[in-house]
Amino acid sequence: MKSVRRRYLALEIDSDELFDSKELMDVVWGAVLKLYGEYGASRAGLTLIDYDMEKRFAVIRTVHTTVDMVRTALTSITKIGNKPVAIHVLRVSGTIRSLYKKVNK
Amino acid sequence: MKRICADLHLRPNSKDPEHVSQIISKASRLGYRLIALTFPSNLAEEEIRRLVDVSKEAKIDLASRVDLEPRTPRELIHGLRKFRRRFEIIAVVCESKNVARQAAKDRRVDLLNFPSLDFRSRFFDKAEAELASNGLASLEIDMKPLLTLEGPARIRLLSNLRREVAIAKKSHVPIVISSGVSDRVLMRKPKELSALASLFDLNEASAIEAISKNPVAIVKRNRDKLSSRFVAPGIRIVRRGNDC
Repeated sequence: MKSVRRRYLALEIDSDELFDSKELMDVVWGAVLKLYGEYGASRAGLTLIDYDMEKRFAVIRTVHTTVDMVRTALTSITKIGNKPVAIHVLRVSGTIRSLYKKVNK
Repeated sequence: MKRICADLHLRPNSKDPEHVSQIISKASRLGYRLIALTFPSNLAEEEIRRLVDVSKEAKIDLASRVDLEPRTPRELIHGLRKFRRRFEIIAVVCESKNVARQAAKDRRVDLLNFPSLDFRSRFFDKAEAELASNGLASLEIDMKPLLTLEGPARIRLLSNLRREVAIAKKSHVPIVISSGVSDRVLMRKPKELSALASLFDLNEASAIEAISKNPVAIVKRNRDKLSSRFVAPGIRIVRRGNDC
């Protein structure tokens, strides 16, 4: 069986408010679903790996074929609840270790 | 050489200097090296110079832009005559077919902007593209509605944009992707805007061109034209003096 090539995305949550991890992932799933439907969302294999609420920093995992799709969906997010927010992709990497290396540079 | 990314359509509240500075510094933080702010046509020269200084501090190049919203072709021509030498970028908001046609063929117009969400009121068709390809105007696509609209309205907009982009590509009309936002939260990185462009079938290479090469070319061309050395396209003063 072909192994799945994963990609890790470091995210910056740009907002004055704080959100918990569930709120964050709900809005990410919602954006993917809205733009690409259930079929697209099922291909993305989205998982939250790390989330630092205070630093407004998150790491999510997806499949390498859907990185662009996830990036587009993240770009389309403008609100969590009724609070304005922008989610920026800081870095994309194939391993968690190299992702943190790149982010901390 | 590093690519210069540009956002030619930022619309801060020009009466609030702090808001303008925030928009400029955020653009710099997001990775833009060239931005254009939409100024009211009556904005004083000193104020424009002050904003250029603010943007220099943020290590970003600022171009002045005015949006003309004429109701008739005659009004458009009048506006172009009045503002062409004052602003580096002139965009025309095309709300009628006659205005759109005149704007496409006039070589003083840089950007054609179609704000309407109604299919029948978006006038970028084959004839418009043909006129624009003979002139210098580019098709400007604002990303703000893609972020703010939802449901059927966004679906309709995407379908219109897909059609317009296909026409523009076929007729070799340059496309410029801008944000068109006045709110900091709606500002996105260049790569994020190019990702959004994939929703209307603009491939990655074309989207990157629409964010970097095409807008930079417009500003460069107009700065050359507005410089005191410019005589005519292809002719400029190299040296002045008695020994020339």
